[in-house]
Amino acid sequence: MRTLMFLLQKEFRQIFRNAMILRMIIAMPIIQLLIMPMAADFEIKNITISIVDHDRSSYSQKLVNKIIASGYFRLNDYSSSFHESFGEFQNDNSDLILEIPLNFEKDLVRENSSDLFIAVNAINGTKASVGSSYLGRIISDYNSDIRLQRSEPQQMTASHLIEITTLNWFNPFLNYPFFMVPGILVVLVTMVGAFMCALNIVKEKEVGTIEQINVTPIKKYIFILGKLIPFWLIGIFIFSIGLFIIARFVYGIIPMGSVIVLYSFLGIYLIALLGIGLIISTYSNTQQQAMSLAFFCMMIFLLMSGLFTPIESMPEWAKVIAKCNPVTYFIEVMRMVVLKGSGFSDLIWQFLIICGMAVFFNTWAIVNYKKTS
Amino acid sequence: METDIVIKTEKLTKRFGDFIATNQITFDVQAGEIFGFLGANGAGKTTAMKMLCGLSTPTSGNATIAGFDIYRETEQIKKNIGYMSQKFSLYEDLTVLENINFFGGIYGLSKKRLSEKSESLIETLNMKELRKKLVGSLPLGWKQKLAFSVSILHEPKIVFLDEPTGGVDPVTRRQFWDLLYAAADRGITIFVTTHYMDEAEYCNRITMMVDGEIKALDTPKKLMQQYSSDSMDEVFYELARGAKRKAD
Repeated sequence: MRTLMFLLQKEFRQIFRNAMILRMIIAMPIIQLLIMPMAADFEIKNITISIVDHDRSSYSQKLVNKIIASGYFRLNDYSSSFHESFGEFQNDNSDLILEIPLNFEKDLVRENSSDLFIAVNAINGTKASVGSSYLGRIISDYNSDIRLQRSEPQQMTASHLIEITTLNWFNPFLNYPFFMVPGILVVLVTMVGAFMCALNIVKEKEVGTIEQINVTPIKKYIFILGKLIPFWLIGIFIFSIGLFIIARFVYGIIPMGSVIVLYSFLGIYLIALLGIGLIISTYSNTQQQAMSLAFFCMMIFLLMSGLFTPIESMPEWAKVIAKCNPVTYFIEVMRMVVLKGSGFSDLIWQFLIICGMAVFFNTWAIVNYKKTS
Repeated sequence: METDIVIKTEKLTKRFGDFIATNQITFDVQAGEIFGFLGANGAGKTTAMKMLCGLSTPTSGNATIAGFDIYRETEQIKKNIGYMSQKFSLYEDLTVLENINFFGGIYGLSKKRLSEKSESLIETLNMKELRKKLVGSLPLGWKQKLAFSVSILHEPKIVFLDEPTGGVDPVTRRQFWDLLYAAADRGITIFVTTHYMDEAEYCNRITMMVDGEIKALDTPKKLMQQYSSDSMDEVFYELARGAKRKAD
């Protein structure tokens, strides 16, 4: 026990003496939480559109106004030649072309129907599909406006119109940061676990001090505890800054559920993550190797965690990876507790899995950590 | 007397794949002796020393350190030895005093012993003004003297020194050897590897390693007689010339 105290004292002295680490601990959560949720926003805005209007009628004018007024589109050019607009399209200046045919108004009035043509630049698939569906909605909206104007009142009642009203649960205003901030907090904590802990141990290997430790009678598990505890505390500290300061005061996110549940999960999650950091450190001899390895793990952890893309829509093999990924579970728990107010009884499965992972990774690390070669 | 032998090895061998780093080395070291371990780079000195410290497991052969078996009682051995590696191994981002306290602490020295020890250590090394300085800011010679003093803080039976004076100026080297003699006088056995042949002459007995094998083992004086030369330098050249391995 006394040995552990000496190790912890030494570890904290070194951490507080290292200006770089201190800055990282304070600045990283603040900056990442301020920048990332703003940028990592899936709401598609500013879709550029080229409109080819062969009709130039009051009806076509109304449609164009309606599109621009929606706020999602930015008019790139308004021409009467498809060829000209297609040039813009090819130069990547516009994402969408809407072609309004000649006699658009005449056909609508006389024959009650007319055709429109939309061309979509599908390099960015999400933008393309979201853009064209926005445009489709605006046009059908426009369509019902015209019907309303042109039809007789008695005809109105005869036409069947289904209108859908959506009620958004758990995040009523579809506020994007509400969805992202809890996830990004998880990323932050993960970085601390995997990176800082691994780098710290490998640094001792690199400098040679670990050899000095290995000739002392220190027990393996005491040494490892001496490394885990400081980073465990740092992880909790960073998480708290994020949750109680940035999330609350900048984004107005107050967890719906119990903070105790969150912290219990965080505690176990950090143990699992630090285990991964330890594993990385046992396999690498230089900080560079540890960095590359940790980076590799982080990329997979983040992209396969459901942070940016829903796991449900991944292919089966990817779902398997996501299910083996500790980050997945923490993000799930964060979103459930913070947004839905889920309690411990809803999260038993996640708790069991993360406990299992904590045991698994740490056992692996301790077995693989050798005092002798 | 049997108890006077603190290090006893028998055909100690370490292989790395096809490469035999140390090949069946056998020797005894008496308590209180300054035992020099000489050899060119890559001769297998560090490997041998790491096996004796319990940092590396031998491929075959036997050894006892302070009466403890090198395979089964490594933790016991670790309580009874000190070690100073080739790389500087104190924490550069801790102060002199913090390093002393840390290493004393993990060897289980009581608070009282620790403060007495660090007091006298700082006194001997004449580092009173430097005690609150980060170790990283000290000159190399000072660091090495400090590292040695820290490695014998817990009064081990044996201390292993791996090229402790590499890159240190002659004056400081002299002071360093004074520290070694003082420790030996207190009964600590000193096992030291070195490249410097003048240092070899300070040792009570020396072994010469060539290509992982012991080629000579005796007092410096007898070795010089045997090879009829005036200095250890010549003895070294005589022996090392036969080496087949390239220095790394």
